[in-house]
Amino acid sequence: MGILEGKRILVAGVTLDTSIGFATARVAQEEGATVLISNFGRALNITKRIASRLPQTPPVLELDVTDDEHLAGLADQVKEHVDGLDGVVHSIAYGNPKTILGGKFLEGPWPDVAQAVQVSAYSLASLTNACMPLMQPGGSIVGMTFDASVAWPGYDWMGFAKGALESCNRYLARDLGPRGIRCNLVSAGALNTLAAKAIPGFEMFEEEWLKRAPLGWDLDDLEPTARSVVGLLSDFFPKTTGEIVHVDGGYHAMGA
Amino acid sequence: MASTEEIRSGLADIVNEVAGIPADEVQLDKSFIDDLDVDSLSMVEVVVAAEETFGVKIPDDEVKNLKTVGDAVAFIESNQAA
Repeated sequence: MGILEGKRILVAGVTLDTSIGFATARVAQEEGATVLISNFGRALNITKRIASRLPQTPPVLELDVTDDEHLAGLADQVKEHVDGLDGVVHSIAYGNPKTILGGKFLEGPWPDVAQAVQVSAYSLASLTNACMPLMQPGGSIVGMTFDASVAWPGYDWMGFAKGALESCNRYLARDLGPRGIRCNLVSAGALNTLAAKAIPGFEMFEEEWLKRAPLGWDLDDLEPTARSVVGLLSDFFPKTTGEIVHVDGGYHAMGA
Repeated sequence: MASTEEIRSGLADIVNEVAGIPADEVQLDKSFIDDLDVDSLSMVEVVVAAEETFGVKIPDDEVKNLKTVGDAVAFIESNQAA
C-alpha cells in the first residue's frame, strides 16, 4: 500500500516527461493517488500527448493561473473527475528569458518582472484559494522553489520571483494552518528540465552542483525531487508547514 | 519498418496538425524554423507526437540538430526499432 493511497492530487504545471510535475504525478500514482494534471495555452496540447506516458492516463485540465475565470471554474472542472482534493502541487513559473533572465538584472522592465511574480509566486496563493472549496483538514499544498536565499548567475528576476514565492509559502502556512492544511516548498537542485534550459547561463551552476553536493547529484534524475514532493503530500509530515525542504544533494549546506 | 517517404509523410501530417502548415509543404529540404515557421514550442509538440507515431525516443540534446525535415526523417529512420 502506497503512502498516497486514496488521496486525490492535482499537479498543476506538467509539460513534458522531463518536467518535475510529470515525475511527481508518476510517483504519486505509484503511491496510490488519483492524479489530475493541468497546463495552459499551447503547451496544453503537449500535456495531452504526454499524459498517456504516465502509469494511468490522468485527466488533463486547462488552467491558466493568471486567468480569473479559469481559477473560478477550477473546482467545477476538478469535480467532473473527483469529489475533492487532498493535495495540490504547484509546479508553475515563468519569466521572459530575453528580458529578465541571463544577466540583465539592472535593466529588467517592470511589466516583465510583474508577470514573473504573478505567474510564479502570486499564483501559489490564487491556486490555493481556488482549491480551498475542495480541501479538508489534512490537505497539503506543495510548490517548487529554487533557493532564493542567495543570488544565482543568470537567474536574476526569476530568483526575485522565487523569493516572493518563499514568502507566500509562509503566509499561506499561517492562514491555512487553522484549517488543518499544510503548505510547503521543495527546493530542488539544478535539473535538466524544459524550464531550466530556458534560463540563459543555467549550465554555469550545473557543474558546481555536481562538485559540491555531498550526496552527489544527477541533473537528469527527477526521482529524488518527485519522491520528496510526494512525501510532503502524504500524512508523514503532519506538523510541517511553511517549510522549505532542500532536495539538492546537500548543496545548500556547503560553503564551498 | 517505415520507409523514408512513409516517415516524411507521417511527419508532414504531424506538422500540419500541430502548426497548421499544409502537409505537402513539409519536404525533406525544408527548415522547420526558417521555411515552415515552426517555433520552439511547436517543435516540442512535433517531437512528442513523432515519438508516439514512430516509436522512437528523440533526446532533447538531439532536437537542436534536427534543423530540416530531412534531418528529422533520417534520425527517425535510423532509430526505429528494427
